[in-house]
Amino acid sequence: MISQLVSLWKVFLHLFASNETVQYPSKKKWWWSKPTKVMPYLAPRYRGRIILTRDPDGEERCVACNLCAVVCPVDCIALQKTEDENGRWYPEFFRINFSRCIMCGMCEEACPTYAIQLTPDFEICEYDRNNLVYEKEHLLINGVGKYPDYSFWQVAGKTIFGKNKGEAQNESPPEDVRSLLP
Amino acid sequence: MATIVVDGVEFEVDEGQNLLHACLSQGLELPYFCWHPSLGSVGACRQCAVIQYADADDTRGRLTMACMTPAKDGTRISIQTETAKQFRASVIEWLMENHPHDCPVCEEGGECHLQDMTVMTGHTQRRYRGRKRTFENQYLGPFLNHEMNRCITCYRCVRFYNDYAGGTDLQVFGSRDRMYFGRTTDGVLENEFSGNLIEVCPTGVFTDKPFSESYTRKWDLSSAPSICAGCAVGCNTFVSERYGRLKRVHNRYHGELNGYFLCDRGRFGAGFVNSTDRIEHVGERVEDDFFDVLDVEVGIAKLAEMIRQGDVVGIGSPRASLETNVALKTLVGEAQFCTGMSSAEESLVDLIIQTQRATSADIPSLSDVESADAVLILGEDVLNTAPRVALALRQTVRNRALNLAGEAGIPQWQDAGVSSHAQGRLNPLFIASVLPSGIDDIAADLLHDVPLNLADCGFAIAACIGEATGSEPDFVRKAAAALRSAQNPLIVSGTSTRTRAIVEAAGAVVAALESAGKVPRLLLVAPEANSFGSGLIGGGLDMNTALQRVASGSTKTLIVAENDIFRRAERERVEQALCTVENLVVLDSLDTPTASLAGLVFPAATFAESTGTFVNYETRAQRFYCVFEPRHEIAPSWRWLAQAATDAGRDDLGWTHVDDVLEAVAASPNMAGVRAVAPDAGYLGSSLCKTPRETPRFSGRTAMNANVNIHEPKTSVDEETPLSFSMEGLNRDQPSALLPFVWAPGWNSNQSVFKFQQEVGGAAAGGDPGVRLLASGSIGTMPARSASVRSDRGGVDTGFRLIPVQAIFGSDELSSRSPPVVERSSAAFMIFSPMDAERLGATQGMGVSCSVLGATFAVTVDAAMKSGYVGVSVGFTGAEGELPDGLIGLAVDPNYRPTPNPHDRVIARG
Ligand code: SF4
Ligand code: SF4
Ligand code: SF4
Ligand code: SF4
Ligand code: FES
Repeated sequence: MISQLVSLWKVFLHLFASNETVQYPSKKKWWWSKPTKVMPYLAPRYRGRIILTRDPDGEERCVACNLCAVVCPVDCIALQKTEDENGRWYPEFFRINFSRCIMCGMCEEACPTYAIQLTPDFEICEYDRNNLVYEKEHLLINGVGKYPDYSFWQVAGKTIFGKNKGEAQNESPPEDVRSLLP
Repeated sequence: MATIVVDGVEFEVDEGQNLLHACLSQGLELPYFCWHPSLGSVGACRQCAVIQYADADDTRGRLTMACMTPAKDGTRISIQTETAKQFRASVIEWLMENHPHDCPVCEEGGECHLQDMTVMTGHTQRRYRGRKRTFENQYLGPFLNHEMNRCITCYRCVRFYNDYAGGTDLQVFGSRDRMYFGRTTDGVLENEFSGNLIEVCPTGVFTDKPFSESYTRKWDLSSAPSICAGCAVGCNTFVSERYGRLKRVHNRYHGELNGYFLCDRGRFGAGFVNSTDRIEHVGERVEDDFFDVLDVEVGIAKLAEMIRQGDVVGIGSPRASLETNVALKTLVGEAQFCTGMSSAEESLVDLIIQTQRATSADIPSLSDVESADAVLILGEDVLNTAPRVALALRQTVRNRALNLAGEAGIPQWQDAGVSSHAQGRLNPLFIASVLPSGIDDIAADLLHDVPLNLADCGFAIAACIGEATGSEPDFVRKAAAALRSAQNPLIVSGTSTRTRAIVEAAGAVVAALESAGKVPRLLLVAPEANSFGSGLIGGGLDMNTALQRVASGSTKTLIVAENDIFRRAERERVEQALCTVENLVVLDSLDTPTASLAGLVFPAATFAESTGTFVNYETRAQRFYCVFEPRHEIAPSWRWLAQAATDAGRDDLGWTHVDDVLEAVAASPNMAGVRAVAPDAGYLGSSLCKTPRETPRFSGRTAMNANVNIHEPKTSVDEETPLSFSMEGLNRDQPSALLPFVWAPGWNSNQSVFKFQQEVGGAAAGGDPGVRLLASGSIGTMPARSASVRSDRGGVDTGFRLIPVQAIFGSDELSSRSPPVVERSSAAFMIFSPMDAERLGATQGMGVSCSVLGATFAVTVDAAMKSGYVGVSVGFTGAEGELPDGLIGLAVDPNYRPTPNPHDRVIARG
């Protein structure tokens, strides 16, 4: 009985609490005032428009491994692998069809290189669906995004320009296979 | 049969197997690496550990390697017990200590046996904090990538490459945890079967280089069952595509034919499908080498008009499907149809068919070849003309070890035991050939001579099998004795020297063995994927008569289907014919010299874009399925012909589907069996859907075409085949001819093939595909020895006699237009005897020009070549067609500069 009364009282108090819901995109302070633009706080891990980021060394992070594409529940990512003359993999094209994307963030979770990241930008509406097809040039930014330090190529053993065998993290120099020492 | 108990459940298994083999055959999941059904067990990886119990009361048991333990009656083991599981998990953990962790940039990723086994054993967290040992990689040529850090030292690569395929340039180096699998120095892996390392290696050490260039994960490939178009063996393949581009060719297991392995011509020779030389539109020639694109309707109307006017000669092709050949034959009528083989080739293929019919000797499948115990190769260079046969012959010879092991009670899968017991003893293989070949190392005896002498040798062997006079040469006597004393003697020969007498001699040896009470087998090789199909269809005109008839001006229209006539007869003859005829219509996939002379060209689909049937050397009809829909106006040749004929008012070519054409094929003589090769387009699997070409994890469907059209197109419905262009449906329980890829839950790699076999390493589930069209068995008479005209040998002053020499990379028309094969093949060459070379003043590396052939050839000197004769690389520039008879003058070409060998370049390590 008491607890019910307490609940009723709490509900009553909420009548005077400030709104969590933000009037978006604009709000009037008073009924006579002009509407002003409102941008609610969005956490860095908010799942909005997708970007492709770069390594700390400024090169493309994406290695065209296709994991984001296969994990995508609506299959809206398509890409093709190619490589530079030193064997570094990167996507020849990378396409996201945002008119299909459900912003689930699975691609970001699957990505082994932190290349693909969701950002707090949700304002990507278009009148024409065709404009929701983003190619690599629309996705790739000049920065590292949320994970400033990670560099996949310094962890993985494959050679790229500027990193030979034995120079990745935790690697010893290449073996001399002709050595007969035990 | 033995009863074994696994985790308390009884299973009936084959006693001759090891426990791993038996468990996998029963559908149990047991991880493994080093064991391979074709390579046996060596116990190198320790991954297949199980606990074996002495009896029902034993609760502790002991750890054993399943692959090294026979499946004896009453064996009790546990796969699931905690100790066994823990042991297997730690094995993986050890193997992964030095692993480079680069799955995202590894071509094996997504179809990696190491990934699968890691997941299966449950090793998920890396605990080892030490440094990883690393290796430098090597440049291995245009076919393979090398990434040694991924190796888990299972030894499969060297066991396949050296023991199974007879390679010599891949070794294992180093000691302890520094084992290195590679060559002594960077360079091209030379063995003709090197591509199989891609599938044999359970990790990403050896990966497919051309595939990697435009790489796609296995889950994103859409694939179809296909037949290799590289030679008359007809190996079964999976062909895969994405974004309308052919990506790769993989082995499709066939228990009787290719088993687990393909040759490199087949695996890397399909790149011509993506060629920029593809004909994509209907074209009309306006001036030399310049074509106007025509509307499809206009093109068909023009062809229809020509058909209506009559006087049409049709030339088919041994590289085109049965369907296309029968369509053209129906259109022009038997009397005006030429199979498209050169006259010499056709008469040989006819001879082969006549011989195979007349003898009661069976045509062996490749698994039959492997079970032979004495072999005579007469005049055929199988390693270069039917490569997979050579690999099978290597096993024939090695299988002596299996027989000896069987007598000594050593299990057949005990690889080390079997080979050390045999002490190098081999089944006898006798090779009588023009030149040394890559399988000479396993021959009991060799004879190198010119073709007619080889034929004589064959007849002498036949005589000696009947009755030895004692005065025979050594080779003849030994070969005859070996064949006589064998249980399953095998004779191999073929058309590559273009010598009738050689095939006749092979027939004579078989006949002699038969009359000596033996049950011999006879394998006769023809040059192309559908040579036997063309031979069985037959035509009223042979190539020379057809060309003569056309050149005489009595023919209004010549229709050539998927054939480059310049490869089928001497140049002048062809030019004369093609330039005389009023209308030359060519249907082809690639731009060829013939196509560039055509008045009207139609773009023909390749094997990857169309569905059809090839007949292999066993006369086994096999269906290949279109992998992707052809781009632009490309269509199967039979469709162009049928449409034009229908437009012209013909009612006997009213075909709309490939199944309709197949009915027409089946109605022709010898061809009744083709209907049974595979189900028709209406076939639905157990899911009541067509069989999907795409894997269940195919990605990117809503983005692939979004740049062109934001509205996803409706999946195109495949009305031609029982396969669909989607991921809908089940890849399960369908006839084996319809298997588009192998994949099973938990088994993403090609090791999952055992889920599609009746038992591991046995026949494909549902039976091995294909139907043999010819039953051998005493139909007609054995062709008698024809009187062969002996001609004198040539010389430097009189000119030389030319002998055709085949090369695995370069002699075949289509594969030699695939970029990696081009990179691997040499320039056109001529082989001289040392004496002739000296007299001519030529040394290795110089060039000789031949005015008759109008080309220059690189000089090779070979001591086995007979003086007065010259071996010429056929199929190469300058020697595309039949070689001229007679004495041909040659001279050193002072201006010749050898084309730099691309393999001399050593790529920077890394
Ligand atoms: S998962 Fe990451 S690295 Fe892989 S393709 Fe997608 S964005 Fe690129
Ligand atoms: S070999 Fe397998 S486990 Fe190793 S990197 Fe390649 S995909 Fe990954
Ligand atoms: S290279 Fe591959 S096949 Fe050879 S030992 Fe290593 S993992 Fe095994
Ligand atoms: S042996 Fe012939 S059919 Fe088999 S893969 Fe090689 S070229 Fe193709
Ligand atoms: S598979 Fe048994 S030890 Fe390797």
